[in-house]
This record gives sequence, structure tokens and C-alpha cells, in this order.
Amino acid sequence: MTTWPILSVVTFLPALGAILVYLLARGGDEAANRNARWISLWTTLITFLISLILVVRFDPANADFQFVEKASWLATGINYHMGVDGISLPLVILTTAVMPFCIIASWKSVTQRVSEYMMAFLILETLMVGTFSALDLVLFYLFFEGGLIPMFLIIGVWGGPRRVYASFKFFLYTLLGSVLMLLAIMALYWNAGTTDIPTLLHTAVPHSLQKWAWLAFFASFAVKMPMWPVHTWLPDAHVEAPTAGSVILAAILLKMGGYGFLRFSLPMFPLASHDFAPLIFTLSVIAIIYTSLVALMQDDMKKLIAYSSVAHMGFVTMGIFAGTMQGVAGGVFQMISHGIVSGALFLCVGIVYDRMHTREIAAYGGLVNRMPLYALVFMVFTMANVGLPGTSGFIGEFMTLLGTFKVSLPTTVFATTGVILSAAYALWLYRKVVFGALVKPSLMSIKDLTARECLILFPLVALTILFGVYPKPVLDMSEASVQQLVNNYNTAVTAVKAAALLQ
Amino acid sequence: MSFSSAGYQLQPVLPELVLAVGSMVLLMIGAYRGQGTTRLVTTLATLLLILTGVLILMLPSGKLVTFGGSFIVDDFARFLKILALIGSAATLILSTEFLSDPSRRIFEYSILVLLSTLGMMVLISAGDLIALYLGLELMSLALYVVAASHRDNAKSTEAGLKYFVLGALSSGMLLYGASLIYGFTGTVNFAGIAAAATTATPGIIFGLVFLLAGLCFKVSAVPFHMWTPDVYEGAPTPVTAFFASAPKVAAMAVFTRATLTAFPGIVPQWQQILVFVSIASMALGSFAAIGQKNIKRLMAYSSIGHMGFALVGLAAGTVEGAQGVLMYVAIYVAMTLGSFAIILAMKRDGQALEQISDFAGLSRTNPLLAFFFAMLLFSLAGIPPLAGFFAKWYVFVAAIKANLFTLAVIGVLTSVVGAYYYLAIIKTMYFDEPVGKLDPVRIELRGVLAVAGLFNIFFFAYPGPLVSVATAAAKSLF
Repeated sequence: MTTWPILSVVTFLPALGAILVYLLARGGDEAANRNARWISLWTTLITFLISLILVVRFDPANADFQFVEKASWLATGINYHMGVDGISLPLVILTTAVMPFCIIASWKSVTQRVSEYMMAFLILETLMVGTFSALDLVLFYLFFEGGLIPMFLIIGVWGGPRRVYASFKFFLYTLLGSVLMLLAIMALYWNAGTTDIPTLLHTAVPHSLQKWAWLAFFASFAVKMPMWPVHTWLPDAHVEAPTAGSVILAAILLKMGGYGFLRFSLPMFPLASHDFAPLIFTLSVIAIIYTSLVALMQDDMKKLIAYSSVAHMGFVTMGIFAGTMQGVAGGVFQMISHGIVSGALFLCVGIVYDRMHTREIAAYGGLVNRMPLYALVFMVFTMANVGLPGTSGFIGEFMTLLGTFKVSLPTTVFATTGVILSAAYALWLYRKVVFGALVKPSLMSIKDLTARECLILFPLVALTILFGVYPKPVLDMSEASVQQLVNNYNTAVTAVKAAALLQ
Repeated sequence: MSFSSAGYQLQPVLPELVLAVGSMVLLMIGAYRGQGTTRLVTTLATLLLILTGVLILMLPSGKLVTFGGSFIVDDFARFLKILALIGSAATLILSTEFLSDPSRRIFEYSILVLLSTLGMMVLISAGDLIALYLGLELMSLALYVVAASHRDNAKSTEAGLKYFVLGALSSGMLLYGASLIYGFTGTVNFAGIAAAATTATPGIIFGLVFLLAGLCFKVSAVPFHMWTPDVYEGAPTPVTAFFASAPKVAAMAVFTRATLTAFPGIVPQWQQILVFVSIASMALGSFAAIGQKNIKRLMAYSSIGHMGFALVGLAAGTVEGAQGVLMYVAIYVAMTLGSFAIILAMKRDGQALEQISDFAGLSRTNPLLAFFFAMLLFSLAGIPPLAGFFAKWYVFVAAIKANLFTLAVIGVLTSVVGAYYYLAIIKTMYFDEPVGKLDPVRIELRGVLAVAGLFNIFFFAYPGPLVSVATAAAKSLF
């Protein structure tokens, strides 16, 4: 048994690091900037190492919440309650693992207001880890929405030319969805007398309330995910955000939507989830096909990857609401895989952007001649994005399609075309940027990956391939929890169907 | 009838008596020793407010009633009185610089604030319509004069006059409503009215509507909000800070007490009025603030919106609703005082800056100030984990319990619109290029800002005490 609140330490250590940065890296001169970078790097590394203790001590056979901490907080029924299960732990680890990469990726490219930048990232890490490990709805909402503040500043202060527009759009879109969820949280509070998530998971919610609450939660998570047609903030936010901001956005923040569906929508409102599954399937399929087509038409590298993210998230929502073991497990895996792959792709774009200060696809071509190492790394992630067998992208897409196949054949058929389309845009991007003759004079002197960049990318390459050929660690970790989730869902749905037949 | 008999004890009004006598003493000091005593009088006035607060806390616990039911001291009154006193005392602290200018050495300023606060105390404890009117007038008459305290300034004078004329009109409406209610129920006492007004007769509804109109004016709720932007903009900034804090507390207090204790028999009647007023205030406050260029005007619209949010809790008409109102008002006062401390700190070469564009690049010229203001603005927008989120949580959770779903949905949607203009200020501070350095921030502003700002940021870590006090206060009304 744990004797110290390990989960709270993992959650709040980055915030402590932010305070250290504030205290020890003042002034904005070169020494202060260096301090800020090193403090942040060590904070995120230590946080990551501590979070690995969670993995070691985690009992994968137990479907319940582990590392539970509870303390009285706001009122009766609203407590400080933390804990992780097989669904949230992979996401917690993903968060703590991606953060050091973000710090290293910003090492050279961020030169203005470095300590504030680092503080924003560290606070954001606290809020993200808290989102995945909160076991109280109000606490969850606190972390979930609180993340808007640092992200708004990251996009707005260190972003590109249209940063103001992008940051406002990001903030207001997300807020609009979330306030409706807040009302649903209140309704659940009065229904059960508590916002404790484990209790709510076992509280029956009347069918009519389920529908409204499901829609309200959907409003929030669909925006966050993002699902078609409320995805339009994402390309803007991605394009304008600094590289590390894009990485966090793609790797972690989008996962909050998927996590929300898994943690709340499916287990708390099983009947509504079943009722609305066709809606989700339709939107997912539209997202997969439409945004893939849109991705084909982009001339900005980041925008292309952003649209491909929307398409890949379509697989996640489809898998989750299929409600089958393969679908849900695939959804969890796809989130982790996409977190690694899309994060890495944004890092790849950031690397050439740092050198050329443009993300226009037309400005590149023939990079393989000067940057063979880069071409190799970029290829691995492009293939993973396509979903080539042997990369982690394949496992997630395959499992979600398999899971959906049993529930809705047409959805699967249409969604599978997305795999082909993703190959089209991803390979097209790769060909335009990497292959061909090196004719552009500006590219003649471009340098290959530096040691720092190798340090960021090679571990991600290794993970992508490792999870592609051996996905067991992630699947094992989440299996018991997913199994329980799917069982409860099916029990609830069959119970209602049986009741309907009796009438 | 002697004053020691049961119905006329003086003990419950002891804090008010001390405040009244004290302010008269200060008036004498000022009158006989001249304007040179402004500083002394202000300091003593602040101490007097603190003393009053201590006396209120030292009163015996439980519900104390005196003057035949006109004056009630319960947990509700204690909570809001302390809050109003904090608002007034903070305002006096914020006014130090305003009063140090040789052309504005007016010791009457502090005394007017004291008298106005006395009015608020009476208002918060009012147990019948007469006490309500007396308190309201004492508070308002002092406020009219304070609004015009910058005598040589046309805008300030205009603000005072405008406030007076419209305020007098609203007092008239309130009186008219009170007299109708008296006529149809035969009593002015809230408990008596509650016993008589069990069914909604047209006469009582008429009286209720006029009474609520008068109260809406004082909390600046739509459609009786028109004076707010002009008065906020025209009045000297410390005075605006005062208007935005303590009087709002007192007016919300009497609004809550009057509706909940005098008209519990006809809840649906006033509930629909409040739902309308609340929606209109939230919507107007959010939309009209978008186009503002002047920060004080923007704060005026923001306060209209916030009063709308507070009324969401009252519209619920339940214990949770009353608790929501109390939480909302308490947190709102902290946010407002902090914001005004920053607005007062915005000076360049001795010149006060009031345009939003003046905030450009503040995050680089004065990072700490910008950080606190950004946090206060996020809090005003209701973004967690800041205090403003909890304020909204409590009012909306009450509305949801009372099945006021339309109100709740419109409310949260307008809060998103409201977030836009708060974000616009943050954008100016953080994303735009700096325009120049500010004067050093005065120590008293830093003090107020630090207390309000830290409360605002760290409220989430230890909300227990305020929540439990507000719960007890709300329960004492029922």
C-alpha cells in the first residue's frame, strides 16, 4: 500500500516547479532563462519518474480505482477525491511522458519571456494530470476548465501571426461546450446528492435526465475532442500555437474529450449512449472522410496534421460508442498512439519550422538530400499516421474498426475508407516535403537533426514501433477497467431492452 | 414603554449606535479643526469601521430582534454586515491617494462613507418596510453626495446629479409599492406581510412590482440599470469602487430578505419577475460591455451582469438560492475591490489611465499587476479554479435544483459572452505591445490587491469556512 499521496504529488509537483521558476528565474536575462529551462526540465523529468511508480504499483487485474485519496473539500458530497484506473493511468503517463519533450522542444525556439512560458506549461501539466485523476465531478471540471487559462496564454503570447484570433476561438469554443456540461453536473449532483464519480458510476440516472445530461456532456467533449462540425477551432489553434503548444494540444488536450466520453458518457448514461450511438457513428464517419479530404487540400503542414487529428479522433469516438470490448480498448489505445504520433509529427514540423520559419508545404522539397536522418524519422511517424501495420497507429485503428464491425457494418465500411484517404494525404505530404530534387536555394544549407532533436524524436520512434508490434503493455493495463465498463454498459442496455420486450 | 423592555433592547443595535456616534464625533473633529484633518479623519473612520465589525462579531449568537421587529440581527445580517464593512473600509483605504491631493482635501468624504455604511447596516437588518426605507435613504443620500465629491469636475457633478434624480425616482416607486403593500396587508412588518399575503391578490402584486422595481434600481439590475455606466464613469474612481462593493451588498441583502421573508406565500409571482430581471441583466451586462473602451464603464456593465447572476440564486427562492446569493456577493466584492485597486494603480506621470488600450503590454511593464488582473478577470468570467467559478456554481446549482433550467442555460451562455470582453482585456495586457511604464504602485493599493487577489486565486484550496458561514447565514432566513 502507498503511504504517501503519490497521485497528488504527481499532480501538484509541476505547480511547485512553476513557483520555483517564478522565484529563481526572474529578470528575463539569459541566466534567468537558463534557470527557467533547467528547473522546468528537471521538474517534468522527476514528475515522470514518480509517475512511473504508479505503473509499477498498479494492479492491472483490479478494475477499480487505485491510489485513491480522499479529503473533505467543498461541501457534503463534493470532496477532494483522486484515483486512477486502467483507463486514466495510461493517459496520466502519456501526459507526464510528453511534457519533458515539450520542454526540450522549446529549449531554443522560445526566446521571449521564457520563465512565463515554462510556468504556463508546468501549470498546464498539473491541470492535465488532475483532469485524468480527479474522481469528483467538480474537481474534474476545475482541472478540465482551468487548463484553458494557460493554453490561452500559450497560444496568444507565443503564437503565430493570427494568434489572437486562434486563442479566442479556442477559449470561447471550449468554454461554450463546457458550461452546458457544468449544468449537467449540477443536475447529477441533485440526482445523487454527490458528485463523487465512483458513486455516480453506480447510481441509476432516470432515462429522461440521461438524455439531457448526455447531450450536455457531449457538447463539452465533442468540442474538446474535436468532432465534426465543432472542430474548426483546432486547425486555427494548432497553426498559431508554438510547437510545444501544438504537441500538448494534439497529444493530451484532445484526449480529454475521449477520456470524458469513457469516464462519464458511456458508464453514467448507458441508455442515452445507446440511443445516441447512431449520431456518434454518423459524426465520426463524416469526420473521418470529410476532414481527410480537407487535409488533402491544405498547403500548411500543421493544418494538414491538425485535420488528420480530427479524422483519427473520429476512430476513437466510433470505437468508444460501439460499446464493445475491442472498440473501447481500441479507443483507449488509439488515444495513446495518437498522442505519441501526432505529438511527434508536430515536433517534426517544428524542427523544419525552426530552420526555415515557414510551414508552407510548397516551400520544401527534397529534404532527404540534406536531412537523411530527419527523412527517416518523419517517415516512421507518417507511416504510423497512415496506420501501417507494425506501427502503433495500425493497432488502434484496426481494433476500433473491429469493435464497430459487430455493431454497425455501414459505419465500419465508410470509416475504413478513411484509412485509404489518410494514406493519400500523409504520403502526399511526405513526398512533397522530403522527396524530389533539392532545387530551392533556401534549402541548400539546411542542417540535419541536432543531438537535442534526436533526443526528442528517437524515444518516440522507439515507442511507436514498440507499441506497433507489442501493444500488450497498454492493452493489459486497461483491460480490466475496460471489461468492467463494457459489462456494465451491456447489462444496462440489455436490461432496458428486456423490459421493453416484456411490455 | 421603557427601552429596557423586551421589544426595545438596544444591545442588537449597539454596533450601529457606535458607528453613528463615532461618525458624529469625526464630523466635529473635522468641522472644528478644518480640512487639514482629512488624513486623521480617514484613518479614524477606517478604525471605526473595524470596531463596528468587531462589535457585530461580539453580539450574542442567535436571532436578535428589537424595535418591535423592525431590526433583526441574525446570521444572515452578520455575514452581510461584515462584508459591507469590509467593502467600505477597503474603499477608504483605496481613497487615500484621492484624498491626499491638496485640491480634494475633503474630510466629509470619509464621514459620508461612514453614514452611508450606517444606512447599509440598517438596511441589512431591516425587518419591516419602514426600516428598509430609512436605511435605503440614509445609504443613498450619502452616496449621491460622494458621487459628486470631485466638485470641480463636470463629469463627477453630472454623475452625482444623475444618480440623485434617478435614485429619487426609484425611491418614490419603492415607497409607492410599500404603501400599497401596507394598504393590502395592513402591516409593514415582513413577518406580518408573510402571514397576510398568502394568496396573490392584484393589490399585493402591484405593490410587490413597485417594491422590486425600487430594489432593482439599487442593485442596478435591468431594466433599472441606466444610471450605472454614467455614474461609474463620472464618479471619482475610489467612489466607483465603493459603489461597486458595499452598497451592492446591502441592496442584495435587503432584496433577499424582503422577497424571502415577506413574500414566501407568493413565490411564483416574484419568481417570474426575478427570472426576467436576471436574464435581462446577464444578457445586457454581457453584450453591452463588449463595445466599451473605458474600463470603468466596462466595470459598470460587468456589475450589471454580475447582479443578474446573483439574482439567479434569489430567483430559486430556496435555502440553496440564498446561500448562492451570499457566496456570490462575498466573492464578487473581493473580485471588484481587487479590480478597482488595479484600475487605481493605472497611472502614468500622475495621470489616471482609464482606457482599456492603456493596459497594452502591462504584462511586460508590470508583470505582477498584470498577472493579478488577469486572474481577477478570469475569475469574473467564472473560469475555474478561481473564486468566481465557485460563486457561479452556487447560484446555478440552486437554480437547477429549483428546476429553473431555461434561466440556468441562458445564464451560462451569457457568461460565455461575458468571457469575451474579459478576455479582450487580458489580450490587451498580454498579447499587445507595451506603451510605457506605469508610476510605482502605492503601498495601500498593493495591500488591497494582494489580499483580494490571493483570496481569489487560492479560494479553491480552502473554501470550507466561507461555505459553512454562508450556509448558516442562509438557513437563518428560513
